[in-house]
Amino acid sequence: MDGMHDLGGKQGFGPIRYTLDAAPFHAPWEVRANSLYALAVRRGLINMDEYRHAIERMEPRHYLSASYYERSLTGLATLCVEKGIVTRAELETMAQGEFPLAGPAAAGRTNAAEREHYRPGDRVRVKDEYVPGHVRMPGYIRGKTGVVVGESPAYPFPDAHGHGLHAEDEPTYDVRFRSEDLWPGAADSALVHVGVFESYLERA
Amino acid sequence: MDRRDTRQGFQRTASIEQRVSAVEAALKRNEADAGAVLEELDHMAQEQWVPRNGARVVARAWVDPAFRARLLAHGRAAVAELGLELPKHHRHLVVLENTPAIHNVICCTLCSCTAFTLIGLPPDWYKDFEYRSRIVRQSRTVLKEMGLDLAPEIEIRVWDTTADTRYMVLPMQPPHTAGWSEERLQSVVTRDSLIGVSRL
Repeated sequence: MDGMHDLGGKQGFGPIRYTLDAAPFHAPWEVRANSLYALAVRRGLINMDEYRHAIERMEPRHYLSASYYERSLTGLATLCVEKGIVTRAELETMAQGEFPLAGPAAAGRTNAAEREHYRPGDRVRVKDEYVPGHVRMPGYIRGKTGVVVGESPAYPFPDAHGHGLHAEDEPTYDVRFRSEDLWPGAADSALVHVGVFESYLERA
Repeated sequence: MDRRDTRQGFQRTASIEQRVSAVEAALKRNEADAGAVLEELDHMAQEQWVPRNGARVVARAWVDPAFRARLLAHGRAAVAELGLELPKHHRHLVVLENTPAIHNVICCTLCSCTAFTLIGLPPDWYKDFEYRSRIVRQSRTVLKEMGLDLAPEIEIRVWDTTADTRYMVLPMQPPHTAGWSEERLQSVVTRDSLIGVSRL
């Protein structure tokens, strides 16, 4: 989905709030929120793609105003309700207040029917696709051409895995793009590498 | 407990602490031993998954060329030699070697993925919208804002963590540390150099 989470290349955000030795956690609830999602993944209650998609489905204003661990908790709680582990009413009674959740999922999709295997050096183009459900293709590479520089072991296809559909494992490729091709005339010169699933690619 | 989804009309949003406790209670109802596992995970996140792990990997690579070669070829297997693990679903670790001519920096524009067992849970700035939106498009400008002013002839390579492969930067050894022991070398490797927003 072309959601609020797809931030790569978005303009208007200001300086990085950078401090040396920044702490990963600031409050006990953040540590626990992180452990809750890890527990749910470890026990197979949710998988990482479902978890990421649940966060992506947050209402954009909520997504933008929530901290990282609030987004994490919202994604987990949404999945717990959708999977029947708890009802929203129960969560709200226990929390003694409203518990905002993410919006409903659109349809997922399975691996591309025809896929080609690529090798380092191959020129590939990211398909010009608009996917209503979960997808791990950042919008800034859609339709763009790059060069394969590496291949990773096969992973479950996220567009299916994030929706509880049968997900075949398929390779991902490290694809190298030139920033000048991604944002012509409007980017610092760099090579941008993205991990791209085979189903998202076609030969260029 | 009443399983009907009849929501009370609360006037305001529950505090984040109350929401965490509610989800925790739901999972504890579902998973009998959740309490002990959560304690263990809290401990791992704060004490075990720390940048010191990545620093050990880097120091070994600096002193042992054969290990360095194995690390660059098969990251997961190489860090396992040091007793370090990645989660099962991170099936591949790609270690990115900085050179005088090439600078690598990692990010996750879609969420905030990292090789957290090696470089620690990410700091706020890594998860902030500013870093996620800008580092892929304004890499040199952003690095300069963060205190890393790279010479124009140095090529920048940005790595966006969009699949479950994980990345870690192998910084260059600072010249003044030549001949140091492996243990002493570990002490100069920072988390931010493993992410690639600083050089040592």
